[in-house]
Amino acid sequence: MPDQSAPPDGVGILVPTGMLGAGFPPGTITRGLSLGADVIAVDGGSTDSGPHYLGAGVAKTTERAVRRDLRLLLAAASSARIPLVVGSCGTSGTDSGVNWVADIVTAICVEDGLDLTVAKIFSEQRADRLTAALESGRVHALPPGEPLDAATLTRCAHIVGMMGHEPIEQAMRAGADVVLAGRATDTAVSAAFALMRGMPPGPTWHAAKIIECGGQCTTDPRTGGVFARIDQAGFTIEPLDPDTACTPASVAAHMLYETVNPYTMREPGGTIEVAGARYIALDERTVRVEGSRFEPASQYTVKLEGAAVTGYETVSFAGIRDPQILRSIDLWAEFFTKTLTEQVQAVLELAAGSWGADLRLYGYNAILGELEQAPATPAEVGVMLLVSAEDQQTATAISKLANPLLLHLPLPTMNYLPSFAFATSPAHIDRGAAYEFVLNHVVDVDSPTEMFRMEMTNA
Amino acid sequence: MLDTGNAPQTLGDLAREVRSKNAGPFWMTLEAFMPDAGSYRVAAALITAELISELYHVAPASLQIFRIPDLHVVKVSFPRPLAQGSLYDRDMHAGQHHVPLANTVVPGTSP
Repeated sequence: MPDQSAPPDGVGILVPTGMLGAGFPPGTITRGLSLGADVIAVDGGSTDSGPHYLGAGVAKTTERAVRRDLRLLLAAASSARIPLVVGSCGTSGTDSGVNWVADIVTAICVEDGLDLTVAKIFSEQRADRLTAALESGRVHALPPGEPLDAATLTRCAHIVGMMGHEPIEQAMRAGADVVLAGRATDTAVSAAFALMRGMPPGPTWHAAKIIECGGQCTTDPRTGGVFARIDQAGFTIEPLDPDTACTPASVAAHMLYETVNPYTMREPGGTIEVAGARYIALDERTVRVEGSRFEPASQYTVKLEGAAVTGYETVSFAGIRDPQILRSIDLWAEFFTKTLTEQVQAVLELAAGSWGADLRLYGYNAILGELEQAPATPAEVGVMLLVSAEDQQTATAISKLANPLLLHLPLPTMNYLPSFAFATSPAHIDRGAAYEFVLNHVVDVDSPTEMFRMEMTNA
Repeated sequence: MLDTGNAPQTLGDLAREVRSKNAGPFWMTLEAFMPDAGSYRVAAALITAELISELYHVAPASLQIFRIPDLHVVKVSFPRPLAQGSLYDRDMHAGQHHVPLANTVVPGTSP
């Protein structure tokens, strides 16, 4: 380990890909190390793919893909003697996700003969502890959310808190070569090491935001990794693919990506302010950024994410090609819903409102629904019926009642039964539990590390 | 600057890219990337709270509009009418919600 008493002139951060398990060419790593990387940081998760991963506590990525990426990253971290930080392990950052990645890391270290100290940081939260925080007025809604009630907390299958850089820094200070973090802000994963080495928060947080999605801030987002060097006055950034460029526009535009406000972004300990940032091309593929600021907040807050079961689902699919039906497809859909509701009441004795169904007409107006402006008569329509009920047996039973309607329901004016095109046999698939994100709240904390638990092991 | 011939032009015709995406599970954000200062001025004038409210059935007061001349970009953010992944949400990443904005006809280009 280098002398850590005085801040270095700069800290180099290698981000090999926007998502662990997405893959990257091995050249990405050699290039990043030759540029003088001091840390490798990679995000392992996101809420972007929906509430299932947090609700079920499973990863979106596969073990094979994650093992492949980690094998390259662990070898690089070990040979260059620099730390590796993985954030939001297992997609949603549940404790099961951290342990899943940790098991893969341990297996690789044994197979490849690596001697690395691994820190696991757990971010999963107990509903009863949060209820106590709620009762003492320390939980606040974020816009556009409603104030929280305790019942919502207890409904959650899993709750995670998003850590800032402090628990990650604590793990590295304790000697971790590899930090496997539960849910963390995307930026904290990249910022932690640079902040620990005394880099200024304004450029560090801004750089961390720009590099968190890998190649998204370059002229060719599909090429993967990026390298940033942070110093006392700003940061410089370049892609790790030699044929790709960072331009002032591609870097500045990344502040737009998946953000509500492109000028300010709240972190647990304060706000990144980039309205005054200047983006300067150093050459045709490297950009210098100066003028970014970080405003510390008076109250440190940890954001919560929680997913609760909304029901159990079955999905059915059928195709309609008959122009006579398609000319009156709105009428057919209305007749379908009315008929299904009556049959579920008559046969299963379930009142409307105790179950849910969404009939989606793909090829007509499924995606935008009522926002679709006067769609034309389509050539064909894929009819997807999504049924939700309080248990799987009921969702399946409703879908089986719907099956003959999806196959044969005529228009109300027709005096014969048409037959439509099922794509598969059976035409339905049980989806199991379905989840919804139900928390959009923050907790006031006295210490940035108090909600997170660390375990150190020598792999 | 603009081809004001007979065919109506949409914002999508003029733009380099019009896109939409989640900004977390509870917000949606739209961006129009325009190719130059002239087309940016057209987009900046066209994209108003009234237009977005009408196209997306959201309250004007809930909208945030950012006009960014340096990047030739207009960005609009608003709360998702349906939380991501709920039963009636048909666009998990809000990746196709740019279309009503992209299809908006630019005034002065209609026949």
